[in-house]
Amino acid sequence: MSTLLDSGREDASRRDWQHLLHIDAVLLFGLLATSAFGLMVLYSAGGQEQSILVRQLVRLGIAFGAMAVVAQLRPQWLQRWTPWLYGLGILLLVAVLVMGDVGKGAQRWLDFGFVRFQPSEMMKLAVPMMVAWYLADKRLPPTGSRLLVAGALIVVPVVLIARQPDLGTSLLIGSSGFFVLFLAGLSWRLLGGLALLAAAGAPILWHFMHDYQRQRVITFLNPEQDPLGTGYHIIQSKIAIGSGGLFGKGWLNGTQAHLEFLPERSTDFIFAVLGEEFGLLGILVLLTLYTFIIVRSLHIATQAQDTYSRLLAGSLAMTFFIYIIVNTGMVTGLLPVVGLPLPLISYGGTSMVTLMTGFGILMSIHTHRKLLPT
Amino acid sequence: MASRITIKDYLFESRLFMQRSIQALAFAALLVSVLVGRLVYLQVLAHEHYITLSDDNRIKILSLPPNRGLIFDRNGVILADNLPSYRLEITPEQVHEDMDAVVDRLAGLIRIRDVDRRRFDRLRKRTPAFKPVPLRFHLSDEEVARFAVDRHRFPGVEIVAGLSRHYPHGPLASHALGYVGRLDERDLQRVDASNYSGTTHIGKVGIERTYEDRLHGTVGFRQVETNAEGRVLRTLIRTPPIPGDNLYLTLDIELQNAAEQAFGDRAGAAVAIDPDTGEVLAFVSMPTYDPNLFVNGIDTATYSALRDNDRQPLFNRALRGQYPPGSTLKPFVALGGLEQGITSTHAHTFCPGYYQLPGKDRKYRDWKRSGHGTVDLTSAIAQSCDVYFYDLALSMGIDRLHDFLSQFGFGARTGLDISGELPGLMPSREWKRATRDLPWFPGETLITGIGQGFVLATPVQLASATATLAKFGHRVKPHIVVSTQAYDDPDLSPVEVETVIDIPIEDRHNWEAVIHAMREVVHGRRGTARRIGIGAGYEIAGKTGTAQVFGLKEEEKYDAEKLVRKLHDHSLFVAFAPIDKPRIAVAVIVEHGGSGSAVAAPIARTILDQYLSKPAS
Repeated sequence: MSTLLDSGREDASRRDWQHLLHIDAVLLFGLLATSAFGLMVLYSAGGQEQSILVRQLVRLGIAFGAMAVVAQLRPQWLQRWTPWLYGLGILLLVAVLVMGDVGKGAQRWLDFGFVRFQPSEMMKLAVPMMVAWYLADKRLPPTGSRLLVAGALIVVPVVLIARQPDLGTSLLIGSSGFFVLFLAGLSWRLLGGLALLAAAGAPILWHFMHDYQRQRVITFLNPEQDPLGTGYHIIQSKIAIGSGGLFGKGWLNGTQAHLEFLPERSTDFIFAVLGEEFGLLGILVLLTLYTFIIVRSLHIATQAQDTYSRLLAGSLAMTFFIYIIVNTGMVTGLLPVVGLPLPLISYGGTSMVTLMTGFGILMSIHTHRKLLPT
Repeated sequence: MASRITIKDYLFESRLFMQRSIQALAFAALLVSVLVGRLVYLQVLAHEHYITLSDDNRIKILSLPPNRGLIFDRNGVILADNLPSYRLEITPEQVHEDMDAVVDRLAGLIRIRDVDRRRFDRLRKRTPAFKPVPLRFHLSDEEVARFAVDRHRFPGVEIVAGLSRHYPHGPLASHALGYVGRLDERDLQRVDASNYSGTTHIGKVGIERTYEDRLHGTVGFRQVETNAEGRVLRTLIRTPPIPGDNLYLTLDIELQNAAEQAFGDRAGAAVAIDPDTGEVLAFVSMPTYDPNLFVNGIDTATYSALRDNDRQPLFNRALRGQYPPGSTLKPFVALGGLEQGITSTHAHTFCPGYYQLPGKDRKYRDWKRSGHGTVDLTSAIAQSCDVYFYDLALSMGIDRLHDFLSQFGFGARTGLDISGELPGLMPSREWKRATRDLPWFPGETLITGIGQGFVLATPVQLASATATLAKFGHRVKPHIVVSTQAYDDPDLSPVEVETVIDIPIEDRHNWEAVIHAMREVVHGRRGTARRIGIGAGYEIAGKTGTAQVFGLKEEEKYDAEKLVRKLHDHSLFVAFAPIDKPRIAVAVIVEHGGSGSAVAAPIARTILDQYLSKPAS
């Protein structure tokens, strides 16, 4: 147990409360400020219902609790258990495909009777952990066979999740693994080759896509083609954001949101409510908060003391960014509609717990520091 | 695992990681600036555009239909009003049990027919769940009361009050009033569709149709904020509708009733006109129908029964019935002969009971086989001698006959303000050549002289012509709406009397002679209508007519031949009274009534009595 819990091998001079509790105050401030801002937007988007606010508060509590608990785990311990976590995740993903419940037309859930579990959530953390684990003791930048192995570690869960089908999550997991490779120094020439391959593979991907996924792409390319069907989301959210203007219509005054023109307004499209009620200014405030969190996370990554921690922390920071850019890009009509929530703002539970667990890992990395000769 | 690959250059890796982090951050910054650029476009550059779209989204215009104007008779008796009517509506969203079960339970309180259920189910499929769907219209007071007691058992079920057109006198004067019916696509083409948004009913026939633009009013609007489902959240702006104008008719409902009663169960028509103003005092077409049947959609069985009825209750005989005028045309022919100098009041004609064209064998018979002997103008009219008029018509020729009679309105619509009037027919050489491509034969002139052959007239035309005769050629356009009244104006605006023509008078004595002869018809010792002169408190000038029903022309849409009593002649009578100061002119036609004196004249007398018993206004 000595490896799991903190032993006395740390720098005595850093024994302030942050290191005692294994909490990074700066990151915590960013997360709390963003969550508070999110609660304010959600109160309006949710039709000013206290019950929604209360439920979201409970979720935030659980998520921050999970973060605090995970922050206590030593990175070395996490590193040791990484392959087991990843292996379990792959098993569960296969199980979901074989016998998973059918929910919302997609198989994502495993029903254990007392709790329904989404293995793909676990993989959001397990994949970058696994790639970082694999690369941790290898010479960087990764090349040749090691790159192929690392690639396989990413592609297998991505394909399994895409088969569920959950495009958003598989995209997120793919990019989390990719960022580990990128931060590990993946050569630019290879990157360019991958980009070319992706472009060439798009028609093949199209062939394997579900009808509703194809429809989303078509809708993205031309939302006005089907204004009452799938294009409705994008048209209405653009109207909401555009009509908000510089300063917005004011809190609780968004007509698009309150008159129910905007679908999914408290979940995936909550960014449009923000844009409508708080305008460009409100959005810039949120983007600043997000930037604060990302910069702090990357800072933690650069300060990390071993390759595993460094790669994992950097990947977690960049995955958080991908969350944001995919969601905002979708709501503003820059990207096709994929079901990803706006982190810390959207109403919803599971993904928030996963997200905060990731920040818990970041805090763990930052607060479990060994004395190194400098 | 081999250890040689674990040799790591930590410093290099750390620097590589730092470099890559900065590159990743730069990548993120690039994407964020694209996002911000997009936001600037949406929220600053295209802001106006999206603000407009957003307002369009939430603001909807709901129309408020105006209340239809009311129709009164000349004394202010209401003939068409708007009654509150109750309908039962169900809002499916608020019903939390099986809809069929709810309707079944409702059926225990109010009458719900299968038709109602079917319509309800059909409407329900097309209506969003939060919008009420009507189940029953025109609930009785009793049903409303029964439901009110039990309404707590029916959440989502409501009784809604609205206005529905109602004709309190039922079938009385229905051919004049017409009726409203549900607005359909064809109706929308003849009105300003935007003014009818929200309107459910429109005038289909009669005055309701002719005066549709006055009765309807102007639509009002409510600007409301709605949500995406169209549910109204609040009203932003309200422009109230302007109710339609009220109409006051020239009809006197008591006179109308007396006239309709006088017909009994006979089919026919009667039109009474005030010769001074052209006001239509009575407008009868028998049999009638109940216009209330049509207001909210007549059911197929009832409609077929009306449509296929032998006696054609839906046929407006007064306006659209084109009958041979028969002998009622004779006073006009006689006046033409006098005014054109073709005959004189002293000229005599011998009537042997038939007439032959010079050099022809065919005998044109008088109705009296034995003949009238020697007749002059007065006795020819009083006894309705055909031979006299054969001779006179032949002397005049069809051209002069046509020109003179046309001045009285024969062969042209009178312009009465009830839609659908037919023009009758005053034949001429040109007409026959144009329509039949045949020359005019002298024999046709003869029978035109006694109102037979091609000549056709509607009851409205006959009444108008008689009124014109009574007024010595001063012909006014008949009308049935005497004044209109804006909803917010206590004063009536009278409809102007329109003079159509003042027929040039050659010699006033000619007119007096014809009127004298018509007086003899009623008051003379041998007058054909002398029976109705008995006991009259005023002097009547009249003329009987018996129109033979044979050889119906193709222009005549009303196919009398199909009628069972088709072998009987139509019975006609025209009259005006009092002679010295005419207040009323009347034309009566009783289909297959036999001779004019027996059937039509007594009906006319009833109308005259009823009207003249009241002092002139």
